[in-house]
Amino acid sequence: MSDTPIYDIENLHLSFPDMAHKPLLGPAPRIEILKGISLTIPRGDVVGIVGGSGSGKSTLGRAMIRLLEPDSGSIRFEGQDITHLGEDALRPLRRRFQMIFQDPMSSLNPRRTVGAIIAGPLRLQGFDRVSQRVDQALDHVGLPRAFRKRYPHELSGGQRQRVGIARAIATEPDFILADEIVSGLDVSSQAQVLNLLEQLVRELGLTLAFISHDLSVIRRLCRHTLVLHLGEVVEYRETAALFEAPQAAYTRELLDAIPLPDLKQVWA
Amino acid sequence: MADGRSQVKRRAGARLWLSATWLGLLVLGAVFAPLIAPQDPLAQDLFGARLPPFWEAGADAAFPLGSDSLGRDVLSRIIHGARIALGVALIAGTLTCLIGSGLGLIAGYFRGWPDMVISRLVDIWMAFPPVLFAILLIAVLGTGLSSIIIAIVVIDWTRFARVIRAEAMSQGAMDYVASAQVAGRKRFSILLAEILPNVLPTIVVLLTLEMGIAVIVEAILSFVNLSISTDQPTWGSMIAEGRLSIHQAWWVLVFPLVTLFLTVLSFSQLGEGLKDHFDPVLR
Ligand SMILES: Nc1ncnc2c1ncn2[C@@H]1O[C@H](COP(=O)(O)OP(=O)(O)OP(=O)(O)O)[C@@H](O)[C@H]1O
Ligand SMILES: [Mg+2]
Repeated sequence: MSDTPIYDIENLHLSFPDMAHKPLLGPAPRIEILKGISLTIPRGDVVGIVGGSGSGKSTLGRAMIRLLEPDSGSIRFEGQDITHLGEDALRPLRRRFQMIFQDPMSSLNPRRTVGAIIAGPLRLQGFDRVSQRVDQALDHVGLPRAFRKRYPHELSGGQRQRVGIARAIATEPDFILADEIVSGLDVSSQAQVLNLLEQLVRELGLTLAFISHDLSVIRRLCRHTLVLHLGEVVEYRETAALFEAPQAAYTRELLDAIPLPDLKQVWA
Repeated sequence: MADGRSQVKRRAGARLWLSATWLGLLVLGAVFAPLIAPQDPLAQDLFGARLPPFWEAGADAAFPLGSDSLGRDVLSRIIHGARIALGVALIAGTLTCLIGSGLGLIAGYFRGWPDMVISRLVDIWMAFPPVLFAILLIAVLGTGLSSIIIAIVVIDWTRFARVIRAEAMSQGAMDYVASAQVAGRKRFSILLAEILPNVLPTIVVLLTLEMGIAVIVEAILSFVNLSISTDQPTWGSMIAEGRLSIHQAWWVLVFPLVTLFLTVLSFSQLGEGLKDHFDPVLR
């Protein structure tokens, strides 16, 4: 393994057109969502991204896997500048960064079977032995192989999210972005999905960016934590240190605002 | 929203089978009309005029549904009329569907300027009253089957475009589309392989509705004599003629009217039935 970080992001700016204030003629004014974000994610790291609603967590994540194109700054993926790459140039890279979505009902095409959903990225990326790989992915996430024939609506919420995970890991990516992937699940499925993710990170040597509102989840899962506030990085440090002694006022606010039963408790 | 769907259990659907049976019979009748029809639909016989249907006194077994005031066989005319009705339904319905759905998909999925252009066009189109529009078009194009088909397509594509645009837009916002992009699928391929299958049930329902509408429009235009030459048997012209002799021979009006009604109803029920039966999300 080289020392090149998986992600090296520098002074990233991203804005959306503000349609609410669009003048009759001419372009809409733009709202800046990301205001100069810099961060480095080393290989094998698990980074938690926290921040208030609307702070730009999802926008940052979607820019990293180039679902969005930044205005300026740079995103380097394993040393390669992908900031402004076009869709055609990105396609061969797409195998290597994947995403797990928040709402599995929306992220799984309701008119495809589980097998077809997991096989989709494999086919598009030109993998061989697709069928075997689908079985492997299902094994990895602990779903019976017979589920290949099922449609998403025939699964429980937790099972659907496992399908989303299986699809993401099937192409053996280096990096996975997980955007609020447990917030729609009940507590016990949440725990199962998190355990699964922890195990996969270990077994597959994944690098993971984990966006969440839930600080207790971040604390348990992530080695580093990035705190975003209004599109700016407030703090980016080792999770343990950050929870122990938050530096920024905003981080302290976040930690205070979210009721944690016992901050000192050691997680099993 | 999501989980409720799996709980909705639907029966295989009497309406699917009933409507499919009726339309199937009609298609068979239309295809084999010369073989099936008991009489020549155009043969006049003034001595055999206004024969009642078979169960009434004075009926002639060779004219099971009676004859009209020129002595033409009502059943044979209905069977031959099905050729025109179904032909118009099939061709006009399919063309309208292809054009309207295609534009709707493009507008809803790509948004931006294609959407601007298509949506403005739909707005302008909808400002015309459809009946006037149709009559105007026929006046310009001349009467005839192809004019009717063109008129239906030109007027009704907006029905598809509007609905399918909205549907494509909401499907396009779903995460499975973003997910396909993450997987490296090309944009146009996403439209065809991911979004279209999810919009297809709606398209099918609209298509069958449109076929019913086409049947009605053809009947109305023949009723007001704007359809094809008058010696061709059409349901609309039969209804128009039957209206004139309603007191002497009700059957000349009622049988084509019932046929028309059942056909239009069957088309609309067929679409819903197909959707219920074949859509995996509802099954
Ligand atoms: N496509 C878009 N067009 C315009 N504005 C957008 C768009 N997507 C996001 N925004 C705005 O960008 C801001 C940041 O959104 P983002 O989804 O990144 O927040 P977030 O931190 O993920 O919030 P949450 O925790 O609620 O998911 C919000 O104010 C949102 O309104
Ligand atoms: Mg978000």
